[in-house]
Amino acid sequence: MTSPGSLELVCPAGTPAAFRTAVEAGAHAVYCGFNDETNARNFPGLNFSRAEMADSIGFAHRHGAKVLIAVNTFPRAGAFELWTRAVDDAAGMQADAVILADLGLLDYAATTHPALRLHVSVQAAAANADAIAFYARNFGVRRVVLPRVLSVQEIAAINRDIDIETEVFIFGGLCVMAEGRCSLSSYATGKSPNMNGACSPASHVEYREEGGDLVSRIGGFAIHRVKAGQAAPYPTLCKGSFEAGDYRGHVFEDPVSLDAASLIPQLAAAGVTALKIEGRQRSRAYTQSVVRSFRRALDALAAGRPVPAGELRALTEGQRTTSGAYNKTWR
Amino acid sequence: MTQGRFGLTVGPLLFNWPADRFADFYARLADEAPVDRVVIGESVCSKREPFREECLGPAIERLERAGKRVVLASLTLVTLERERRAARELFAQTQREVEIDDLTLMNLLPQGAPFAVGPMINVYNEPTLGYLARKGARRFCLPPELPFASVAILARAAAGFGVGVELWAYGRMPLAISGRCYHARVHGLSKDSCQFVCDRDADGLAVRTADGTDFLAINGVQTLSHKYANLAGDLDRLAGAGVTSLRLSPHSGDFIAVTRAFARAAAGEIAPREAVEQVRAAVPDAAFTNGFLFGDRGAAPLPAA
Repeated sequence: MTSPGSLELVCPAGTPAAFRTAVEAGAHAVYCGFNDETNARNFPGLNFSRAEMADSIGFAHRHGAKVLIAVNTFPRAGAFELWTRAVDDAAGMQADAVILADLGLLDYAATTHPALRLHVSVQAAAANADAIAFYARNFGVRRVVLPRVLSVQEIAAINRDIDIETEVFIFGGLCVMAEGRCSLSSYATGKSPNMNGACSPASHVEYREEGGDLVSRIGGFAIHRVKAGQAAPYPTLCKGSFEAGDYRGHVFEDPVSLDAASLIPQLAAAGVTALKIEGRQRSRAYTQSVVRSFRRALDALAAGRPVPAGELRALTEGQRTTSGAYNKTWR
Repeated sequence: MTQGRFGLTVGPLLFNWPADRFADFYARLADEAPVDRVVIGESVCSKREPFREECLGPAIERLERAGKRVVLASLTLVTLERERRAARELFAQTQREVEIDDLTLMNLLPQGAPFAVGPMINVYNEPTLGYLARKGARRFCLPPELPFASVAILARAAAGFGVGVELWAYGRMPLAISGRCYHARVHGLSKDSCQFVCDRDADGLAVRTADGTDFLAINGVQTLSHKYANLAGDLDRLAGAGVTSLRLSPHSGDFIAVTRAFARAAAGEIAPREAVEQVRAAVPDAAFTNGFLFGDRGAAPLPAA
């Protein structure tokens, strides 16, 4: 558990094994989802059955860690019960909070489970104090996960204006679009983050050699072209190489991931409560090293010692990273 | 002036057209377009608003004189302090309905004030629609990515609340909104000193894949589909499902002819295939789709009639 004034480390788990790893590596809280379309990482082989979730929650609570269950896709018309059952089960299993995005589902959870702690998912893209106040006033939410379109200054201003907690992404995948408001994947493949919990799904990816080049496509659209033998990045739609007018390259975002580790002290000063690591789809080894490093960094910060930056840098060695919108470079 | 089975709504102009073109467009719309409602105002980028200030008032006045119902558009992504202030000011006027396209505005809405819900609000199911209807929403332009089965269920639920359901029936569809400006980015500029380069592309700047396939279009901080929605051939199915109005999104080309084709099709005066062809004749270079509703993906080509 976090002490007053310190930051809570919120870590991903896509499997029960990764869950235990995250807890043992020092996660203050773990977030995860049920193995169906109710959560935004609905990938084959990922996520938790009801029994696995109940076991995992017990494990976390014995180790003093919290469990936040993501039910953060937008329920399909005519099938709302699938989502309300996820919320009911989370409440019944003593989850510490559910992470929700849909208005109807927030309304249901607030009405049916008044004691259940509600967090607003990043998929709700609540990007300013008014949007956050709307969720707080109407549903009694206690925390909002901020979209990755804000600078540190904007986050500080939001925290001055609201009286609920904020959680921000610190490390891992990076959406360049406002989350929960993007249907690029739906347009190209028919699979949607909002409806299916899937973005740029592997089922629609193909790699083909063409004239000495390796071309990766998704939904038939060419996303990357590299010399054969080179490693081709996964064809995530918004990180592809395109042509726009005279411009050739990454129109939306480079194939980079988020690393805002160096901004931890500024985020703490901005009044943030929790730091979130993306990557429920990542391996146990990855989870272990990332969680362990960030936990050491947060402990150092809480004790007034300098954050060991070198260790965090090593996590992204060989990868290109960005601090996203936090540093105002998008302005 | 409802055209037979459907009301016709002209959505907000998404693109950064110069002031004189903006004024001409709305003048012709007022005088010649057989539409019921016009949503007007900047929904994409607050930096464009100062250019619109002078011509927005006269355009609204002219539309209302011509008997159109005017609805005020609002921003899709509100982050800055001045954007929140502008949203509050929209509600300070009370004579016109406001279309919200970001839930920020729900916190600013005066108690009991009626409003419309835009396509970038996530209305995917009946309880969400009902929640907003109880708060005063009178009309829902549904998210373009919804499949037909969901639209039919939502339209039925909407009828139960006595509110209308509208679909994005013509024009490039909004697929994403970002804090980053892509027009500025591809021109090597920063967002804060963007030189308003988005005004160079009347229908957005085409984004092609590395092998030259048309894919998307960028419009400042907004990303649109390359293909234009064209539901002119699907009106029987949409009427059967209980859809009450159609949204036509402004583009270059003969937009008045587009509104007329939809009006004739809505009134049942022309056959679906003829309606699609009349729209095609008005914008010969556009590629069409109805894929989100009826195909396996949003980019699916319009099936041959």
